[in-house]
Amino acid sequence: MKSISLRRLKALCWKETLQIFRDPSSNLIAFVLPVIMLLIFGYGINLDSSRLRIGVLNEDSGKDAHAFVSAMRHSAWLDVRSFQSRELMEKSLVDSQIRGFVIIPQDFTKRLENASDTAPVQLVADGSEPNIAQFVNSTVSGVWQSWQLERADDHGTKLQRDIVLEPRYWFNPSAESRNFLIPGSITVIMTVIGALLTSLVVAREWERGTMEALLASPVTRAELLLSKVIPYYVLGMVSLLLCVGVAHWGLRVPFRGGILALSMVGSFFLFSVLGIGLAISTATRNQFNAAQAALNAAFLPAMMLSGFIYEISSMPPFLRGVTHLIPARYFVSSMQTIFQAGSLWSVLLPDILMLMASSALFIGLTAKLTRRRME
Amino acid sequence: MSDIVVSFRNVGKSFEGMKNPALDGVTGEIRTGVITGLAGPDGAGKTTLLRIIAGLLAADAGEVETLGVDPVKDVATVRSDIGYMPQKFGLYEDLTVIENLNLHADLRNVVGAERDETFERLLQFTDLKRFTTRFAGKLSGGMKQKLGLACALLGKPKLLLLDEPGVGVDPISRKELWKMVEDLVNQGIAVVWSTAYLDEAEMCGTTLVLNEGKLLFDGTPAAMTAPLKGRSFHLKNLNTRKRPLLAKALARDEVSDGTIQGHNLRLILTDHAQPFPPEEIGAGESARWVEVAPRFEDAFIDRLGGGPDGQSILARHLREIPHDGNTVIQAVDLTKKFGDFTATDHVTFDVHRGEIYGLLGPNGAGKSTTFKMMCGLLVPTSGQAVVVGLDLRKSAGKARQRLGYMAQKFSLYAGITVRQNLEFFSGIYGLHGKSQMQKCSEMEEIFHLGPFRNARTDSLSLGYKQRLALACSVMHEPDILFLDEPTSGVDPVTRREFWTHINGLVERGVTVMVTTHFMDEAEYCDRIGLIYRGQLIANGTPDELKEMVATDEMPDPTMEDAFIELVTGKDR
Repeated sequence: MKSISLRRLKALCWKETLQIFRDPSSNLIAFVLPVIMLLIFGYGINLDSSRLRIGVLNEDSGKDAHAFVSAMRHSAWLDVRSFQSRELMEKSLVDSQIRGFVIIPQDFTKRLENASDTAPVQLVADGSEPNIAQFVNSTVSGVWQSWQLERADDHGTKLQRDIVLEPRYWFNPSAESRNFLIPGSITVIMTVIGALLTSLVVAREWERGTMEALLASPVTRAELLLSKVIPYYVLGMVSLLLCVGVAHWGLRVPFRGGILALSMVGSFFLFSVLGIGLAISTATRNQFNAAQAALNAAFLPAMMLSGFIYEISSMPPFLRGVTHLIPARYFVSSMQTIFQAGSLWSVLLPDILMLMASSALFIGLTAKLTRRRME
Repeated sequence: MSDIVVSFRNVGKSFEGMKNPALDGVTGEIRTGVITGLAGPDGAGKTTLLRIIAGLLAADAGEVETLGVDPVKDVATVRSDIGYMPQKFGLYEDLTVIENLNLHADLRNVVGAERDETFERLLQFTDLKRFTTRFAGKLSGGMKQKLGLACALLGKPKLLLLDEPGVGVDPISRKELWKMVEDLVNQGIAVVWSTAYLDEAEMCGTTLVLNEGKLLFDGTPAAMTAPLKGRSFHLKNLNTRKRPLLAKALARDEVSDGTIQGHNLRLILTDHAQPFPPEEIGAGESARWVEVAPRFEDAFIDRLGGGPDGQSILARHLREIPHDGNTVIQAVDLTKKFGDFTATDHVTFDVHRGEIYGLLGPNGAGKSTTFKMMCGLLVPTSGQAVVVGLDLRKSAGKARQRLGYMAQKFSLYAGITVRQNLEFFSGIYGLHGKSQMQKCSEMEEIFHLGPFRNARTDSLSLGYKQRLALACSVMHEPDILFLDEPTSGVDPVTRREFWTHINGLVERGVTVMVTTHFMDEAEYCDRIGLIYRGQLIANGTPDELKEMVATDEMPDPTMEDAFIELVTGKDR
C-alpha cells in the first residue's frame, strides 16, 4: 500500500479545503491577519509622533551656533536638552533617555564664515528603533535647512554652498524601517499559517476521533501527509502573494525582484514550516500542546532569531550559531534581497539551498512520525 | 451457519506510563450471524482490543487473525474489508452529511452508479435523507450515530467494529440503531458492538466481557446469567422505607448484591442461600419474595465477588439534618432561551427534604440546562429557581454554600495530588485549621483514597476520580447535593458503592438531585422528572411512570420501556 490513489488524495484535499473555508479562525489567520500585520508594521512609523527628546552639545560659543540651537528649541517636534559633556550625552542615549543628539563642533561658526569650507554638524540617532531614528534624522535636517535659509535671508546673501549634515546611525546601519519590517512580517505571517495552523488541524483530527476513522480506511501514509501539505501550501502561497501585493501597492514598498524567485523562496520556506507544524501535531496529538510547541519552535524564533526584529550580526556568537538552524532566517534575508535588490540569484542561492534542506528535514521527520497505526 | 472472521489468542498490550496492562492474555473469536457484545466498564480494554483487531494497534503479545490475515502486516486487506466506527463516531462536524459520505465513499473507492445506489440505500436505511445538507456537528446524538454507521458501511465491509455506539445517545435512538445492526448481521456481516452499558450486552447474541484488561467471560448472555438462576429476587410489598431496608438486607450474609427497583428491593443471594423471612430485616408482614429473571449486570458483579455491603461510612460522618418535610428545591415556570432556541420551557417541580429527585431525558432535551439553573450555574430567562428558600437569582452565593455540586465532566485539578484537591475544595467552602485537616483525612478513609493521597489526581482510575469528586462535593456538609451524571462510565461495583453513599446521605436528611443515563439508576430515585424538548412531560415515582405506559401487551414495563413510550408518545 505504498501507492497514492488520486481519487483518495483529491477527496482528502477537498475535505481539508472545505474545512479551511468553514473555520473562521483559519480565515482570520490566512487572510485578515496578514493585512492587519502589514498595516501595523507599515504604518507603525506614524504611531510615534510625539516630541522627540534629543540632546545638544554646543562646543562653539559663536553666535551662529546659539542661533541654530535655539532654532531647534523652537521646533514643534523636538524636545532639546543641553549637555555639557559628550560622555553624559552618550550615556543618556544608551539609557534611552534621549533618542539622538547633535554636536556642534568648536569651529562651527568659524567654518560657516569661511566661504571655502563646509560646516559639519554631527547628528547621532538611536538606530535600535529605526522608525524613531528616521524621524530624528528628518526633523533635525528640516530644522537645519530652514535655519540656513533664514540665516541667508538675514545676511541678505544667497545660499551659496552646501552645508553638509552628516547623519550617522548607531547600532543599526540600515534603518529603512518599512523595507525591512515588511519582509520580516511576511515571514511571521507565513510561519503562523505554516506551523501554527497546520499543527492545530492534525491535532484536531486526533482529538475529535476523525483520525481514527481515517486510519481505519484504506488511506495510505503518503496520501495522509500530502492531503495536509497541499491545501496549506496553496493557502500559504495565496497569503504570500496577498502580503506582497498589499506591501507593494498598498504600502509603496519597492519590490524589485521577480515572481519566480519569490515563489521559489516562498515554497521552500512554506514546506519547512509546514513540516515543523505537521511534525509537532503528529507528535503531540493535542491542540493545546501543539499550539504551545508551534509557538515556541516556530513562531518565536521567526520573530526573534530571524533577523526580523534583532539584527543577527549583533547577537552573541552562540545565538548567531543557533539562527543558522532556523528556516525563517534564510527566508527573511532572501525576502529582503528580493524586495530591495531584486532577483540576485548569486545572493539567493545559498538561502534557497538551506531552505530546501530544511524542507527535506522537516517533511522527512513528519513522514517518519506519521504512522499507519495509532501508536 | 456462522464463520469465524476474527480470532485472537493470549493478546497482551501495555501502554507507556500505565501501571497495569490494557490487555492481559485475552483469547476469543468473532463470528458472523450474531452481534458480538464487547462489554466492560471504562478502562477495561475494549477500545484497545477493537483497535488491535482493526490493525490500528499492534499487540505486544499473542496472535491475531482478522479476516484470515495478520491485521498489522496485511494492512490493505484489513482496511478495505473492515467498517470501523470510533467513539464519538469519527465524523467531520464542519462537513455536511453528504460531504462526510462523499469523503468516505472516495476513500473506499465507491464510485459511479455503485455510489448512487449505495447512498440511496444507506440514506434510506438511516433515515437521513432529509438532512443531507446539514452539518454533521448540528445533528443530534442519534443522527450522528447513524451517519457514523453509514460511513462505516460504505464499501460493503465484511466486519463491522462499533466502538461504544450507544454513548451519548438516548434509548430510542439506541433501539433504532440496534435494529439496523441486526439487519446487517442477517446480511452476513460480522458485527462487534462495544459497550459500557451492561444492559446492552444482554441483548447481544454472544458476549466477551472484559474487566481491567482480562477476559471475565466469553459466551452467550444466557450463559452469563445462568449461575444467578434461582438467586435473583424482588422483595415486594414493603411497608417501610426502602433505603434503610436495603442497607439491612445487604448486611446479611445471604445477600451478595442488591439495588432498589421502584417500590421493591432487588436482591441477589449468594450461592445455595435461601431467602430469609422478610420480617428479620423489618420489612413488614406483607412483604414477600418473588423470583425474577437475572440480569447481565448482576452476573457481572457476582463474578467479581458481589457488591458492597450497603453501609455508608460517609453518612455516619455527616451531621443529621432533621426531616422537616419542607420543600427545599423549587422550580417555578423555569425557562431558558438561547437565542430563539428554548432549552427549558416553563418547567415546574418541587423536591422535599430527604428526597432523591432524578432528571431524565434524551440528549439535548434540556435536562442539563434545567439542572444548571437549579444549582445557580445558569441564570434563567424567566421563572424562578429556589433552593433552601433562597432565590438563586438574588442570593446565589449564599445558596451555594448550602449545596454540593458534582459536575458531569471531571472537574478536579488533574495536576495536583488527591490530598491537595481535598484541601483546596474544603478551603473554598470555608473549612480551615484543624477541622479542615480532620475532614480531609476522614474523606481519605471513607473513600479508600489513603494509598493515593500523594498521587497526582490524573493518575487515578475513573472510579477513584469519581469517588474523589464526590468527596470534594460533600465535605462542607451541604443540605442539598446536585449530581450531574455522576456514574457515567464507572464500573458497576463502584456505581453500587456510589449509590450506597447517596442512600446513606439521604437517610441523614440530605436532598439529592441527580441526572443519569442509566435506567436502573433512575429506579433509585423517589421521584423522576422526564424532560423532553425542554418541557417536563412526566413527573412521578418510578412505578407511577411505569404504570402510565402499562398496557395489556406490556403489563410490566421496565423503566426503559416507560422512558421510550413517554417520549415517543409525546411525538405522536
